[in-house]
Amino acid sequence: MTIDTARGAGAPVPDAEGHFGIYGGRFAPEALMAALDELDREFTAAKSDPAFTAELDDLLKNYAGRPSLLTEAKRFAEHAGGARVLLKREDLNHTGSHKINNVLGQALLARRMGKTRLIAETGAGQHGVATATAAALLGLECTVFMGELDTERQALNVARMRMLGAEVVPVLTGSRTLKDACNEAFRDWVATVGHTHYCVGSTMGPHPFPAMVRDLQRIIGVEARAQVLELTGKLPDAVVACVGGGSNSMGAFHAFVPDEGVRLYGFEAAGDGVETGRHAATISGGSVGVIHGMRTYLLQDEDGQTIESHSISAGLDYPGIGPEHSWLHDTGRATYAPITDAEAMEAFALLCRTEGIIPAIESAHALAGALKVGKELGPGAVIVVCLSGRGDKDMHTAAEYFGLMPGGTAE
Amino acid sequence: MSVKPAYDKAAAEGRAALVGYLPAGFPSREGAIEAAKAMVDAGCDVIEIGLPYSDPMMDGPTIQDAVHQALVGGARVADVFTTVEAVAATGVPTLVMTYWNPVDRYGVDAFARDLASAGGSGLITPDLTPEEAGPWIEASDAHDLDRVFLVALSSTDERIDKITRASRGFVYAASLMGVTGARSAVDTGAPRLVERTRQIIAKNGGDLPVGLGLGVGNGAQAAEVARFADGVIVGSAFIRRLLDAPDPAGGLAGVRELTADLAAGVRGRA
Repeated sequence: MTIDTARGAGAPVPDAEGHFGIYGGRFAPEALMAALDELDREFTAAKSDPAFTAELDDLLKNYAGRPSLLTEAKRFAEHAGGARVLLKREDLNHTGSHKINNVLGQALLARRMGKTRLIAETGAGQHGVATATAAALLGLECTVFMGELDTERQALNVARMRMLGAEVVPVLTGSRTLKDACNEAFRDWVATVGHTHYCVGSTMGPHPFPAMVRDLQRIIGVEARAQVLELTGKLPDAVVACVGGGSNSMGAFHAFVPDEGVRLYGFEAAGDGVETGRHAATISGGSVGVIHGMRTYLLQDEDGQTIESHSISAGLDYPGIGPEHSWLHDTGRATYAPITDAEAMEAFALLCRTEGIIPAIESAHALAGALKVGKELGPGAVIVVCLSGRGDKDMHTAAEYFGLMPGGTAE
Repeated sequence: MSVKPAYDKAAAEGRAALVGYLPAGFPSREGAIEAAKAMVDAGCDVIEIGLPYSDPMMDGPTIQDAVHQALVGGARVADVFTTVEAVAATGVPTLVMTYWNPVDRYGVDAFARDLASAGGSGLITPDLTPEEAGPWIEASDAHDLDRVFLVALSSTDERIDKITRASRGFVYAASLMGVTGARSAVDTGAPRLVERTRQIIAKNGGDLPVGLGLGVGNGAQAAEVARFADGVIVGSAFIRRLLDAPDPAGGLAGVRELTADLAAGVRGRA
């Protein structure tokens, strides 16, 4: 079954109100409480409804292309201290990232609840594209909120969403990035909740979103665990992923949480460096508070005002993090560390040149982290890296960064 | 001082209470205090001072603009307490309306203590429901502050029961499904929500007043709401007057004029 949460009796399950330890919960307007309760009930019912899970499984297999491959990156691994690097190829999914796993589940759920419209926030545009795709497939209306800054740096994805029939609303407030897109999506939802489902794109937001999105993404780790066992005959030494809101990482980690010998590493976007203040490394450089309906680590000043995040990666440019990650950090089960823009772009180029795979800049943070983990764990260590998305959308940013634009100087 | 006596006084006069909202620091630290005092002079029974927050998820464009201006102007949490102190000194009960993170960051008990010592009446919490309010319920009991939670058109009777039991001072009924901002008409579901809320309060043997907010912008709408609710809450329309005024004096005149219009409305004279 796709949404199998049975494995791992010791796995962290939130309490009935969605608390992971002190994190998570539901800090949301009363107007949304009925919808959040309904969503919680419907998802719980759907998980054990064979018709629902069969339809989702079918879409994941025959539409999204699952299971995704586990590709050994031998030439890339030469730079990783002699470790074996296995790439979980979420970039090969339909629409080009892990986002489709979550969206197909939520879109089916929306239809089950009788909702006719999907809304979504998006940073890099990957979640927006996935939502627009599922809406087209199921005949639902779709509106995507995207910070104006992100519509500029991810213009290709804006065009993709519009081609798919979605309305893309540029958000002009605040930092004009992902956090502001979230605010605007919540503002829309509170006025339209009767017929609209807010398809939250990460393991964030008020309960039940963090647990629900995790359950829909945990297939990444479930598949990877079986694949690595088949390939190597044992569990990996480490699982590595990038963390923004935290859905690809939570999806990759979750099946391994009960496997105590498997180290879990989440790499946050450190932008210009955590010490510069221009970063999006929530756990490394933030503190505990409430944002977007959840208690979690966030970037905030002494008055509790959100500090704007910075990252070359639009998908990681978010000042909060999913509450389950905050919990895994506090319990010590997972380790979180920062990766700068420069480190990520170096790893980005390295994967291109050594493996012929162009990763998303988000995923490049995980690759840069894998290079460090490999050196730390030493020769023979097996590292699974969640390659959460492909880099086509990032060509403009990368071409500028490396001076590859016409008239520019090649590296 | 709870806001309840202000509601009781209005009821004794056979009218609804008028509740006016402005964020601290807008249009400036002093300007907010002057505008709130003008609202008191012209007939507001209760004042709500907003705590400017970077991510006002429940607010429409008008309040977003005002809050943004306040933050750009350097508004701090401490300004909220000085504003409350100045407004409460007029004798009109003064609440703070705030998203939860600034209170959480300040420390819930410390915030309650400093609000009480500034003469504030309590908090309205648009993104905090009783489920997550344990520390606030404790702190508000310790410092004798009002707890104004919200009910919505989508609230079930079970939730209204829980919310009204947890509330003190009054309960805030959100008149429509949406963010703050003046609307051309009052939602047709609003009277039914107030009625349901009143029935549940009465069933529990309480006498908590029900104030209705969101979307009310003029005296005629205030009069319409006053026919079925205990209080009429207005925010964005005051801000609109201040934003559109050519100068500070014009803004204050606009605020006075709107307050007078609304005050006539809650007396059924609009």
